[in-house]
Amino acid sequence: MEKTRITMGVDVKNMETELGNEFPGNVIPAANGGNIVVTKLDAAINWGRKHSLWSLYFGTSCCAIEMMQTGAPRHDYSRFGFEVARVTPRQADLIIIAGTITVKMAPVLRRLYDQMAEPKYVIAMGACAVSGGPFYFNSYSVVRGADHVIPVDVYVPGCPPRPESLLDAMFELQNKITEESMAHRVNNNPIDGFDEGTTK
Amino acid sequence: MGNTELKNIIGSWSENLTFVEEGSEFLIVEVPANELRDIAEKLKTNKDTAFDYLFSLTGVDYGTELGIVYHIESTTHNHMIVMKVKTEDRETPNFDTVTDIWAAAYFNESEAYDLFGIKFNGHKNLRRIFLDDDWKGWPLRKDYVDEFNMLTR
Repeated sequence: MEKTRITMGVDVKNMETELGNEFPGNVIPAANGGNIVVTKLDAAINWGRKHSLWSLYFGTSCCAIEMMQTGAPRHDYSRFGFEVARVTPRQADLIIIAGTITVKMAPVLRRLYDQMAEPKYVIAMGACAVSGGPFYFNSYSVVRGADHVIPVDVYVPGCPPRPESLLDAMFELQNKITEESMAHRVNNNPIDGFDEGTTK
Repeated sequence: MGNTELKNIIGSWSENLTFVEEGSEFLIVEVPANELRDIAEKLKTNKDTAFDYLFSLTGVDYGTELGIVYHIESTTHNHMIVMKVKTEDRETPNFDTVTDIWAAAYFNESEAYDLFGIKFNGHKNLRRIFLDDDWKGWPLRKDYVDEFNMLTR
């Protein structure tokens, strides 16, 4: 069984500890046969949150093919809690920016981001979303990096990145969520004070 | 029909045509701007040529000249040709439209206008189709400058 297992870029043996999949709290057996769970609210909420990240379909070019492949059965990001992709920002927690952001697309991306409910996360996938990639020089139409439009949590280099890279970025995002605190999130929209770099 | 026969037929229509041999697959004919419509119409209506399908229309900036390149095919004879037209007028480049001959040119001419600023006389709805309506300048021209959005090297 172990020999035929296809892990697809994920170290299954160490996955439990790598992803911090362990139960977020202590289970204390009570005298009457029941159990008492002792945990922090942050830990319990983040535990649920990081394992139910629904991403928004946002594929603007070839990276989207790799993103689809990451969702397809061979790599299958549903295994790690990225259950489904949604076509509406109202139901999404995460944008995976898979592709080039042009000057014309930028306001659309910003509006989609604004329409998403808190908490929301962004992964910039591929060279174009990170920095403009091959269009960095001599392009009249391409935004040099999606972080000129919305704040980005995790960057994935590559042109396009392999599904393993995207999976790794998703784990990084999960690790980031683990360390989050509700107290910090309240009244702290990530877009507030965000520098779009529009002033030269 | 082979390129040599095409050359003979089309060459007999006007004295101002130049044929370019670049070792390419298609015969290339350069047409003066004032005869463009005339030649285009003949290319379509002449029974021996019968070019009824425009499969590409592209704007080109040659550096000093602006031009349009037409790739045309005949679905009956199965032959193809490349027609080129150029102008040195960079301020108001102006060609006659071929939309009434090949309807496929409708969007392609808008595209050439959008990116190169080449206008087409008689085009019914010439507008910016890719860029924003308030875009300044013609971005695919060699001398296009955008200091804010464009990093050059």
